[in-house]
Amino acid sequence: MFLKELSERHGVSGDETKVRNFVREKLLEMGIKHFTDSMGNLFALKEGQRKNEDPGLMITAHMDEVGLMVSSVEKSGHLRFYKVGGIDERSLISKPVRIGKEGIPGVIGSKAIHLQKKGEREKALTVDELYIDIGAKNKEEAEKVVKPGDFVSFDTKAEIWGNVFKGKALDNRAGCAALLELLSRKHDCGFTAVFTVQEEIGMRGAKVAAYRVNPRIALVIETTAAADVAEVKEHDTATVLGKGPAFTLKDDSVITHPRLLERLIEVAEEEKRPYQFRRFLGNFTDAGAISQARGGTMTGVISTPCRYLHSSASLINLDDLRNLVEITGGFIRSVAGKGLV
Amino acid sequence: MNLHSFLQEISQKDGVSGYEDALGSFLAGAFSPLVDEVKKDNLGNCFFYKRGRGEDPPRVMLCAHMDEIGLMVTMMDEKGFLKFTSLGGFDPRTLPGQEVTLYGREPVYGLIGFKPAHLQKEKEKGKAVKMEDLFIDTGLPKEELREKVPVGTVAAIRRNFLSLQGECRAGKALDDRAGVAVLWQCATELARLRHRAEVFMVASVQEEVGTRGAVVSTFGIAPDLGIAIDVCHGSFPGAAEHEVSPLGKGPVITYGPNIHPRIAEKLHETAREYQLPVQKDFSPGPTGTDARAIQVSLEGVPAGLLSIPLRYMHTSVELLDLEDIRSAGRLLAYFIADLSRSFVEGLSCF
Repeated sequence: MFLKELSERHGVSGDETKVRNFVREKLLEMGIKHFTDSMGNLFALKEGQRKNEDPGLMITAHMDEVGLMVSSVEKSGHLRFYKVGGIDERSLISKPVRIGKEGIPGVIGSKAIHLQKKGEREKALTVDELYIDIGAKNKEEAEKVVKPGDFVSFDTKAEIWGNVFKGKALDNRAGCAALLELLSRKHDCGFTAVFTVQEEIGMRGAKVAAYRVNPRIALVIETTAAADVAEVKEHDTATVLGKGPAFTLKDDSVITHPRLLERLIEVAEEEKRPYQFRRFLGNFTDAGAISQARGGTMTGVISTPCRYLHSSASLINLDDLRNLVEITGGFIRSVAGKGLV
Repeated sequence: MNLHSFLQEISQKDGVSGYEDALGSFLAGAFSPLVDEVKKDNLGNCFFYKRGRGEDPPRVMLCAHMDEIGLMVTMMDEKGFLKFTSLGGFDPRTLPGQEVTLYGREPVYGLIGFKPAHLQKEKEKGKAVKMEDLFIDTGLPKEELREKVPVGTVAAIRRNFLSLQGECRAGKALDDRAGVAVLWQCATELARLRHRAEVFMVASVQEEVGTRGAVVSTFGIAPDLGIAIDVCHGSFPGAAEHEVSPLGKGPVITYGPNIHPRIAEKLHETAREYQLPVQKDFSPGPTGTDARAIQVSLEGVPAGLLSIPLRYMHTSVELLDLEDIRSAGRLLAYFIADLSRSFVEGLSCF
């Protein structure tokens, strides 16, 4: 799977070009027909081995990641910024970033501990108090290489630690990697794969993609928060690394279609693959937009559990991702011909 | 090797206070072609000695600490997450999401984990994270982790050295590998200068936990004068002007009770003579540098302090301008080349 390449590419919501180009390159190598729309969604038309078995299936994964956008350049040459999507502010401090198309390097510093007044350290630092430093001497020098509106993402190297994968943007490059893997395999029925844009700022790409594709069944491949860390009680863990992909029961945007959920469970049981339920019922994914497109779509979500989501570096278990691919493959086989009947 | 690659190399190497041995050995190798003798003492201080010419040479010590702030594992919880304490002063807010190398029975990588955002209670929002709420996540099963990372294991922050605009560079441990780079630059310059003085360059240990390396290295050398080379706060938006110095305007000469006034003056005169940029800084008490220990060693050793302006001190993205290091290295070399026995003897005459 191309997880390392996908994780290290920069693609903040609205600026998915580098990720899209990578995915497109792989689709070309696989000889799969594909096209884009006006928002930048990338559609791939996967043909099945058996014709006339088309159940109207769409499988999606969003390409975008949470990040920052330069809002202004200060006289001193430092850059102020906005958040793009729900980035975890706690993880911004003391991190390297890359800015704009050229990937200009910068760092997010913070006041040295020696200079802090009593009480200052008790408060969390907010985006208004932080800035990016590219080492420019002044505004003029900075504006030679960056400008307001430039997108910014973390500069984090992807690595494999045993069975765990460390990298940025695993939400949802893990999903993109899984979808590419599925596209490279043979399936009984065809399906439309969509690599969507702008999920992190409100499921915007998926909305128009679902309208265009008009599927009967949709499966969203996602990455979801695992809170299985120190001092969190078991009932608060949401998902746990290494216990298989997570099926969504409901979140703030969708209730998984009961027949689809049932089918995912059946497939996982039949194939003896581990799975878990996502035991945190908030937040949203592309499934929200897709389920309400046109006359409605039977929609569900399968996710890789991920620690430190929306921060500079996340962790997933590679077995969870492999099991997600196998269960999704089984799901495609199960809907060939008869759909969810 | 040029200054950029030397600083890159030593910034990316790890040497947490008390655990500087491997870094010291690397430095010994890097300095040996530039000096006459290389030595290590019992605490791990590294001495790079350069002979002087002529009779009764003055003995000058330059001291830059090689240690960096780091972490130490205090326990493993029942799920396999590591709790830690700090060696040196961290702002806990700079730690979430930092990557570390754990120097256990073998090196293990980890990530400083924190509570997921959706589990933060309303009253926790807006409050700073606390060190005791953070933990190191290696992703390893706990049986394996127990084997590899015992309690007491030291961890260093991981960070690749970054080339920013112009001559600006950012990375970890530039406090005070920048000072070590000044020593290297100075040794390079001295190779082509005649100097009467005997020069003892020291990459000192354990500065971050109380200038302990400087205490014993000053005893070991017993120099006629000692100059600490450290970092000072570089200017950044919102800083009080008197607390910071701009980057790229030269190294900073400190004045104040910790500093022998004639050393500060001579540094200044040398800078003027060779048209090297320098800045001034005033410190009302003992400085937080090796100069603090040097001054009150033995029967008293006249101390000086030269600093490289550096932003975001004690974070993993400390940022400086290479040109300031070059100027500092040259300044010290010219200062040394001009040192005489009469100057150092005069330092005791008030």
